[in-house]
Parts: sequence; structure tokens; C-alpha cells
Amino acid sequence: MSSAAADAPRVGLFVTCLVDSIRPSIGFAAIALLEAAGCRVDIPRRQTCCGQPALNSGDRDGAASIAQHTIALLEPYDHVVVPSGSCAATIRVHYPELFEPGTAWHARAVSVANRTYELLSYLSDIRRWVPEGVGMAAIATYHDSCSGLRELGIEAQPRRLLAGVAGLSLRKLEGSDTCCGFGGTFCVKYPAISNAIVEEKAAHIEAAGADILLGGDLGCLMNMAGKLHRQGSRVRAYHAAEVLAGMAGGPAIGG
Amino acid sequence: MTTTAFTVRADRALADPQLKLAIERTTGTARTKRAAAVAAWPEFAAARMLGKDIKDHVIAHLGHYLAEFERNALASGAKVHWARNAREACDIVVSICRDAGARSVTRAKSMLGEEIGLPHALADAGIERVETDLAEHIIQLAGDPPSHIVWPALHKTREQVGELFRAHHRDPGAMATVEAMVASARRHLRGRFMAADVGISGANFLIADSGAVCTVTNEGNAELTTTPPRVHIVTAGIEKLVPSTAHAMSLLRLLVRSATGAELTQYTTFHRGPKRAGDPDGPSEFHIVLVDNGRTRMLTDGLADMLRCLRCGACLNHCVVFRQIGGHAYGGTYPGPMGAVLTPVLDGLPLSQDLPRACTLNGQCQEVCPVAIPLPTLLRGWRDRSWREGLEPVSVRGFLGIWRFLVLHPALYRLATAAALPAMRLFGRGGWIGWMPLAGGWTRHRDLPQPSGRSFMAQTRNRKPSA
Ligand code: SF4
Repeated sequence: MSSAAADAPRVGLFVTCLVDSIRPSIGFAAIALLEAAGCRVDIPRRQTCCGQPALNSGDRDGAASIAQHTIALLEPYDHVVVPSGSCAATIRVHYPELFEPGTAWHARAVSVANRTYELLSYLSDIRRWVPEGVGMAAIATYHDSCSGLRELGIEAQPRRLLAGVAGLSLRKLEGSDTCCGFGGTFCVKYPAISNAIVEEKAAHIEAAGADILLGGDLGCLMNMAGKLHRQGSRVRAYHAAEVLAGMAGGPAIGG
Repeated sequence: MTTTAFTVRADRALADPQLKLAIERTTGTARTKRAAAVAAWPEFAAARMLGKDIKDHVIAHLGHYLAEFERNALASGAKVHWARNAREACDIVVSICRDAGARSVTRAKSMLGEEIGLPHALADAGIERVETDLAEHIIQLAGDPPSHIVWPALHKTREQVGELFRAHHRDPGAMATVEAMVASARRHLRGRFMAADVGISGANFLIADSGAVCTVTNEGNAELTTTPPRVHIVTAGIEKLVPSTAHAMSLLRLLVRSATGAELTQYTTFHRGPKRAGDPDGPSEFHIVLVDNGRTRMLTDGLADMLRCLRCGACLNHCVVFRQIGGHAYGGTYPGPMGAVLTPVLDGLPLSQDLPRACTLNGQCQEVCPVAIPLPTLLRGWRDRSWREGLEPVSVRGFLGIWRFLVLHPALYRLATAAALPAMRLFGRGGWIGWMPLAGGWTRHRDLPQPSGRSFMAQTRNRKPSA
């Protein structure tokens, strides 16, 4: 695995706070995939959270100080890779908006933003990586998380990658581009509305007739999987990276 | 999770299965038809950018086009009135009605009329108001405000409409089909059109180079509202200006496809001045009331993008929140994403601060908006302002303050994580947490995945850096 060529990019893996706490296996899958795609992977030790809760709550000053903290620790890497569309979009799209153009911090934010990628699109678009020798006999369906889809244009890449997994068939999910109702702090600030939205999403997932639900954002996956489990569904959820790394043999999100 | 007037209204809406059915019938059809219309129009993306540019151009030169419009409208024989706010606008309309000795007015659907509170102003002045748009007629009978900017009676199922008509129409007849219901409304309204002293309508476009007012409808009621009465009053927001008819047509193509998926409305009418010598019909007085009501303030408050809005309703139809709670829950004139941006302008942020927050920022509204309004960015702008003005609940500020401190101090953050994860695991069973203190917002409706073990950062602490 660590047979990276001398010109291999040095990738800083920003694992996200949810993966760090709830499901580290996604982080290990990301390391394995990045190494398989010929990258040297490091884990910046001072990383915590990208700051979305502050940003989305309107606390711009708080978000800016978290951005400064994060920018400083990501600057040394050739590329920054994040196994989440919404956290990647926070760094790539929103960090530069937090600083006045023309200032040093704005320049630093832009520089890091331009080198930051969501994991699946990085593997496919930048590393041109395709899975080899990975198999999983299952019927899956895929939910496009909104930030990745609309802020980063991630739609074809995960499907392209998953098409290389032997034995896995992907069924279309009705409304796969419609929000699942997670929305970060939204789901706990307005739980009843969030619930109505995810109920509809769960019905579509059930109707797809798949065994497993895949996606690229743990927050959304936790929301959908949590609803499915509460309803007694048999559908189990994984991050697409776990499947691609051949690490979906263990328990699904939640078990 | 705090209980507010908004969450109470939202909860009420969520508990109403009839409402859910009504919303999904109409918005579902609208989404399907819009998608087909856009797919069948290869130049859609280019037309959208052109539409955006036309509106941006007018907004950047508002003073110029307003003056040109006024000049040409006056030349056509129209009277032009300027209203800085809702109250002035209503006063102007009511005094025109009084001068005309009006007892009864007919009104064609206009969201601006709702925005300025015209129905109430007319009632207070003792003037009978007859809504002539079918959906407006329905909600007038029901005593409801509109719940959608294109389909004001969206919240009513056809079954509920049948009941209303049976109760209120003089000659309801059978209500077996939608056609029969429309016929009943037609019988009920026909006489009223002819008896009205004043007709009031809105505007979709104000055309600067001719002074004409363009309205689009599907029922023909606007024409019957504006032609027979002696006096015709148009109320319009100043952002409705376009340089010429050609520009109006460019925007109309976007508006209609985005609203209903049709290529054109059934009726596209241009009103220019009062009846001239030799005209077979038309009003003898034609008034145009141009309303600001916060619009020029939006220019300087970072909300200029919102002035592009064509009121097509696509953002409502595609909004996951609107589709669950409907229009009334928003509590303002305008619901959905565009309403969440506009209501704080009209009603003030303290009263409407929930609206910009009750959004997942999923971006679908911006994607479908025919003039590319960055609705999520504008909603974020209101959230920033709420935070600056200290409108957030203290509990939220306190929680975020502690969280931010930890995020900025990685060593403490690791300690907190190392303490919290095993504690969370205590509440888990079979990988899932069904209930846990402080997590009620989540666990009331869904299970929470139990943390699988030590944190990723703890597990990788001794990992060697890459060569
Ligand atoms: S904001 Fe855009 S999508 Fe929404 S009503 Fe206005 S023009 Fe239509």
C-alpha cells in the first residue's frame, strides 16, 4: 500500500468531526483508497471540525476563527481530501467568503480551498482511480447529498466508482437529488419538519428495493439510516468509501 | 429546539394529512411539468442568464426606467401614483375608489395586493371586494390568506373546495367534476364582474418604453376585472419594470415554464392607458400605483438579487420544507424560500427569524430559480444578521460557544471526545441509541448510530507520518 511513487501527492486527510466520533471506519477506508490511488496520506493532528455549525448559524466570526485554525493545519499539503461533500464544500466554497478579499487570510483561504477535494470526486476526477478486485454481492441505491451535488458537482463520480465493484448493482433512488432533511443543525432545531422530510426519503429508499443505502456524507447517512432503523427497515447504510475499500463486511452504520 | 409561533404553525400543518395531500398533488404536478418544459428547451440555461441580466440591468438603473415608464404612462392617459409603503399604497387605492363612488370592486389575483394588505384596507373602508381568480375566490369564501404565490388555494383539496362551493354558491349544482365546480364559480361570479365600479389588478411587467402594464393569467378573469368597470387600478412593485416588450417576453418564457411547465399562459394582456375615443370598451380612468414598500432598502441591504424575483413559485414547489408545512406556516405574505428572504424585509427579522433558519440550505431552490437568485446565500445573510443582533436563543449561543472553544483547542477537544463517546455508548443497544439526554431533537424521530469505538484521531495517534 505504501508503495507511493516519489512524485505522489502528499494528501492531508481531513476526516470530519462526525467520522472521527461516530464512524472511524470511513476514515480508515479513505486512507486505504487514497493509498491505493497512489497518494501519501497524512492526518493533520490538530484537526477538529470544519466549523459548519457556526457558519450555518450565522456566527461568521466564530466560523472565521475555526477556518483560520483549519487553514493553518491544512496548508502544508499538496491536496486536502475530505470524505464528505458538505465539509469539503465548507472549505472549498465558504472559507474564502469568510475573509475580506485582498487580505492575507483570504489568499490563504483561497489557496487551501483550491486544493481541497471531496474524497470520491478526488479519486475519480483527479487520481483517475478505478476499483480493482473489490466485490460486494448486494443491491444498492445511492443518495446524492445536497452540498456535494450542488456546490461541488458530485453526481457521476460515485456511480462511476461503484460500477467497478463486482457483484454490486445500483438501483435508481426516486428523488435521489432531493434533500434528506438532515441540514446539520436544522435537524435538531426543527425536528418535526426534518422528520417529515426524512420519512418521505425513507419511503423512497424502501421503494427502491435495495439491500443497502450508499452515500458520501455521514450526516445524511446517519439521518436516513436512523429513520430506517426506527421504522424497522432491513435496509442498511454504508459510506460509499467503505464499499470501495472493501471494508463494508463489518456492521453497517448503526449496526 | 425551541417552541415558537412558527414551530406551532408548522406542527399544526404537519398534523394535517389533507394539507399534505393537497400540497403534493399541486407541487408534484408542477415539478414534473417544469422538468419536462426545461428538458424540452435546449436554450434554457442561456435564457436563464439572459433573464438574470435583464433584471439586474433594470435594478441597476431603476431610477432611469421608472422615470421613462412614468413619462410614457402619463402620455397614454394613465394616472401614476407613488407609494413608499403599504399604508400609502392602500390609502391611494381606497381614495380612488371613494372618488369613483365605488361600492363594489372586483380584484384579479395580485401578490402585491396581499403584501400591502389591500383586502383588509378595502374591508375597513366598507367597500365590497369580489375576488375573481378562481383560487382567490375559493380562499375568499374560506376566509383564508393565500398559501402559495401561484396557487393561492393550494392548501385546499378539490373535495374541500366542493364543500365550500355547496355552502356558499347561490346555484352550486352538482360538484362531481372539476368542470362542474368551475361552472358553478362562473355562474356565481359573472354578474359581479359587470356590476363592479372599480377593477383592481396587479402587474407581471411594467414596460418602460411604452408605459404599458402586462398581466398574465390562465382564466381570463383579469380581463373581465379590468375592462368593464369605469375605473381600473393597477398596483405594482417597482421591481416589475422592464425596458421593452421584447424584454418582457424573454422573462415571460422563463416565468410560465417555471411556474406551470406550460409554454405560455392562456391570457397575456397589455393595458395601456384608459379607453380612447372609438374604443368599444375599457375603463375611463386608468391608475397605476407604484409601490416601494422596502424594495429600495433591499438594494442597499445586500438583497438586490431578490428584486429579480418573477414570483414563479418554482422555489416553493421544490422546497422540501414548503412541501411538508405549506404556505400558511410561514406566517407572512410570501412563503417558501423566496418568502423566507422577503418576510424579514416586510415584517422585520425579530418576528420572522425562524424562516431563514428553517432551511436545510440544500440549494434546490437556487437551481430551479429562472433568474438564478442565490436564495441560500440570502438566507445565510439573514442568519448572520440574526446572530449579530443577538436574536438566537441563549441556549443555542451558549452551546455553540462551548463547542467553538473546544474546536479551537484540539487537546481539550480530544479529551471531551474521549469522555463523551463511552458515555454515549452506555445508551446504545445493538449499535443504536434510541434515547439519550440532550439528543431529544434527534432521537424523538430517529435512532442515533452508536459511536463504533474510540475516535478516529485516538486510533491513529501513533500512525507514522508519510515518508
Ligand atoms: S425566487 Fe426564483 S424560483 Fe422563487 S418565485 Fe422568485 S423567481 Fe421563482
